[in-house]
Amino acid sequence: MDNTSENKVEHKWGMVIDQDICTGCQACVVACAMENNISFVKEDDAGYGRSMQWIRIERFWEGEYPEVKSTPFQPVLCQQCGKAPCEPVCPVYASVHSEGQQINMQIYNRCVGTRYCANNCPYQAREFNWRDYERPTPLENQLNPNVTVRRKGVMEKCNFCVQRIISGEDQAKAEGRTPEDGEIVPACMQACPTDAIVFGRLDDPESLVSKLAKNGRGIKLLEDLGTEPAVTYLKGGSSYARNG
Amino acid sequence: MPEMVNSKIKTPDEFSEHLMFDPLPRGVMNDMVMESMQTTSWKFWVVAGFMGVIVLVCLFGAWGYLINEGLGVAGVNRPVYWGIFLVNTVFWIGISHAGTFVSALLRVFKAEFRRPFTRAAELMTTFGLVQAGLSIFMHMGRVWLFYFLAPYPNERGLWPNFHSPLSWDFLAITTYLLASTMYLFLPLIPDLAMARDRSKGWRKKLYRTLALGFRGTEGEWTHLRTAMNIFAFAILPVMFSVHTIVSWDFAAAMRPGWSSTIFGPYFVIGALQSGIAAVAMVLVIVRATMKNMKYFIRPEVFDSMGKLMLIISMSWAYFFFNDYLVQWYNGDKFTDILLHFHESGPLGWMWFMMLIFNVAIPWALLWNKKIRRNPTILFTVGLLINIAMYIERYVIVPISLTINRMPFTWRMYKPGVEVWLSLGTLAFFILLYMLASRIVPLVPVWEVQEGQMAHSLRKVGKATVPAVSELE
Repeated sequence: MDNTSENKVEHKWGMVIDQDICTGCQACVVACAMENNISFVKEDDAGYGRSMQWIRIERFWEGEYPEVKSTPFQPVLCQQCGKAPCEPVCPVYASVHSEGQQINMQIYNRCVGTRYCANNCPYQAREFNWRDYERPTPLENQLNPNVTVRRKGVMEKCNFCVQRIISGEDQAKAEGRTPEDGEIVPACMQACPTDAIVFGRLDDPESLVSKLAKNGRGIKLLEDLGTEPAVTYLKGGSSYARNG
Repeated sequence: MPEMVNSKIKTPDEFSEHLMFDPLPRGVMNDMVMESMQTTSWKFWVVAGFMGVIVLVCLFGAWGYLINEGLGVAGVNRPVYWGIFLVNTVFWIGISHAGTFVSALLRVFKAEFRRPFTRAAELMTTFGLVQAGLSIFMHMGRVWLFYFLAPYPNERGLWPNFHSPLSWDFLAITTYLLASTMYLFLPLIPDLAMARDRSKGWRKKLYRTLALGFRGTEGEWTHLRTAMNIFAFAILPVMFSVHTIVSWDFAAAMRPGWSSTIFGPYFVIGALQSGIAAVAMVLVIVRATMKNMKYFIRPEVFDSMGKLMLIISMSWAYFFFNDYLVQWYNGDKFTDILLHFHESGPLGWMWFMMLIFNVAIPWALLWNKKIRRNPTILFTVGLLINIAMYIERYVIVPISLTINRMPFTWRMYKPGVEVWLSLGTLAFFILLYMLASRIVPLVPVWEVQEGQMAHSLRKVGKATVPAVSELE
């Protein structure tokens, strides 16, 4: 990559998800689908592992019903790896790193659908358009004009609502400042009723997301693989209260 | 001990079971090959028509349906993003290996039993690669943009990503297809010239064009020999590299069960395992169905093929065990779960079937000379080996993809339209081979004759001993 001004690291964006206060309500899943024009998959396909959601709520429990010990929810989205396994395997550079935002991007019109990236994603965070899914009539009015509508045969995935990040950054740049903490909010964070999702700049040590990521409860998913995820999960038991 | 030596002495008649010691004049062999190419019974056309229908419906029909509807009509899902299409690709590349192996490696090592069937094996290479290529394209989500994979100048100033094993794959397979087609064509030139001189009508025109004016002068032979020699040596590393690169599609990925350093040689030996067995099957069919082939393809050929199959089965077993051991020993939690899933999961029967067909049955049967020389049994063993090798790839691709590092997403794979497309590629392979057997002289007459001229029987005292002279 050349070092022109657009390609320099502007901000490193990251996320913290507090599993202790996540209620598994799926509001983030819905908000994400609305924001990013995600297709509606019918029951048959969804039941066969083709549901389209850039963020999914994984449930884990210990013990057999009714003696279930705990029900922690784990929202899994693209971890925006610093060293992403999906990137080198794409033969056509459809899966690339955005140098400015340090986000892993999917270039839809370059993708030819080899699905190698999805195989190589240890988090299984990528979604494939198995068909052209129907969008019943009034719903096309709901489409977000800032986001491409994907057709069959391309891969897609969470990009931290990059359209919101870019417009926020542009706004700040126009006003001659850097984006303030909490100014740029992805759809999942906006919809979360318990504020379990926090988004912000990891390169700013004073941001809430940086502080939370370092508060001692943080873990990264499959950290031993060396993918350097930008998402930190907080997990310390139900007695642990945030900011307290 | 004179008795022992005596018991080994063969009479000249006993040598005549070998093609090399049972020579016929060049003209007679030419006529036999021409006759076998042009004698076509109605049964041939029935089978060819049937294959043609399957190709139309199952290959082009189902593929059109797949392109139109999207990959949803196939069985692939999350986490099994790669399914039978990739199994087919690996399988057909494996089949295509045998042609080059038999032809180039045995030519380089001057194995005499190869002479009558190098052509039959080389045709398998080309037609197998056609199926492999088709299978890769079927697998793509947006196949109409396949040229994105090729390094071509474009307005985006974008090259393919040379980090990706799929890019290596694309280059390796195209190289192999081109090289193997040229390698098929070079030894074909003298036979095309022979056919040109012995045919009329459209055949004459076709062969005249393809034979490139070959007249058989000393200079032409020298050039041809040099070219074939260069190609035979040059294509061997290409052959080994192609399947190694195919294996890197898997080995370079970060998945339990895939990131195994032994995958390169393991895949090459697996390709030979299925490929040699497939050559044996084709030879049995060619011998049984085509005229005059009983002279060229003799039990001695099946004997040698059987020995090769046995040796390669043993090598495959070694690499399988090696791969298993290394993966088990690395102690990764998910690899451990996956290995248990292979043998005791819902498709564990496949894993055991693979070992029985690939190892137990060949080892139990092929040590016996009588069994090796029996075409029916050899055909059956070859078929079982090919089933087992198909299963091996099925275990590596969809079954291994079921298990990943996010247990929440584990899910089984149910094939959909892939089944029809697989049948389509098989029928297309058979159809291409059948049609080629009508157009291409299936036995390289010049190569057989060269061998027969080099071999002679000498009398040493009472004994008759074979002698081979070097022609080149």
